[in-house]
Amino acid sequence: MLYDVIIIGSGPAGLTASIYTSRYKLSNLVIGKLPGGTITYADKVQNFPGVSEISGVQLGEKMLSQAKVLGGEIVTENVKSLGKNHDVFTVASEYDKEYQSKTLIIASGTGRRKLNIPGEGEYVGKGVSYCTNCDAPFFKNKTVILVGGANSACSGAIHLAEYAQKVYLVYRKSELRAEPIWVEEVKSNPKIEVIYDTNLLEIIGDGSKVTQVKLDKEINREMSLPTDGVFVEIGGIPTSNFLSSLEVEMDKSGYIVVNEEMVTNVQGVFAAGDVTNKSLVLQQTVTACAQGAIAGYSVFKYLKQNKRLTK
Amino acid sequence: MEYKFTDQNFEEEVLKSELPVLVDFFAVWCGPCQMMAPVIEEMAKELEGKVKIGKMNVDENPQTAEKYGIMSIPTLILFKNGEPVKTLQGFRGKEDIVKEITI
Repeated sequence: MLYDVIIIGSGPAGLTASIYTSRYKLSNLVIGKLPGGTITYADKVQNFPGVSEISGVQLGEKMLSQAKVLGGEIVTENVKSLGKNHDVFTVASEYDKEYQSKTLIIASGTGRRKLNIPGEGEYVGKGVSYCTNCDAPFFKNKTVILVGGANSACSGAIHLAEYAQKVYLVYRKSELRAEPIWVEEVKSNPKIEVIYDTNLLEIIGDGSKVTQVKLDKEINREMSLPTDGVFVEIGGIPTSNFLSSLEVEMDKSGYIVVNEEMVTNVQGVFAAGDVTNKSLVLQQTVTACAQGAIAGYSVFKYLKQNKRLTK
Repeated sequence: MEYKFTDQNFEEEVLKSELPVLVDFFAVWCGPCQMMAPVIEEMAKELEGKVKIGKMNVDENPQTAEKYGIMSIPTLILFKNGEPVKTLQGFRGKEDIVKEITI
């Protein structure tokens, strides 16, 4: 089967692109590794218009079911590589399945940025976590460190404080950069202590779980801080490594360069959501959805102009 | 058929099982765990008779979760002859899990 469009990524950008392309009567396949995408890690979403509060996973599920009902086909797989032969794109998955399409929308989002310090890999699942929503309740009445200073870090610290007895929010800069509404809540929470201008150097444990971290600055006259857990919320890195064969233009950090119509430098290839350079202004569900909608429309326009719409 | 493992039936259903057993440690408050639920359900049907597959709620069954040091979910542990032989953390797609547990 030759799809009108294959959408790579099953988060808000990709699913919105599927919703829009379905309504333009374009056959579309969504291929992604996590149904719902990064939003499923959010404990609460309170800034998606029309819905005053919803969990990230519920919002993701709603988008997923809307995309399916409208005709989007959705598969859960990692994309390994892409190819282009004349006007046909081939998407190869990690299980060596191949799918073909007339156009592509890349909406592969970001992966979690790691600290890349000693002990981090060794203690993943043993105190080191990248998901406050998943793992906060395991730290009831315990002491935890959360690294980061943007929205997900501050909202994560507040969520952790519902369970932990003490939360240290360790940030490398002198001022938190989250929305003021989060910053105020962090500062007024008696369980959260913000440690500014400080980095973690090493995560240390007893072999089975985390016990302390080494810092690059003194806290309470010590260069280390005892803790039961380390949560890492320092943003993402674009998932764009599988694109190399298509020569899609990226900026120096690996974000795909698009114009305001979500068009890339390669004919027939569009991009949307957190993986694009345009997302860097504000990486939110609502902006990812907006980009997905535009990309969907751009695909329709492109196929129409090139007289490749299926009659 | 998907099994429901508990602190009470864990020894009988998992540790003494003749077939390998895949346990999905989850909780209702965990987003990625919920996305994993249909994957587990589908696998339980497909691998029926080869691998016993089921879920274990960590809130309702704290003893087993603590015994295996679960501090992050979703976590999948494959048991063979009563021993944990493989641990997978975070959301995984079906084929990914199947590949990991059938090697």
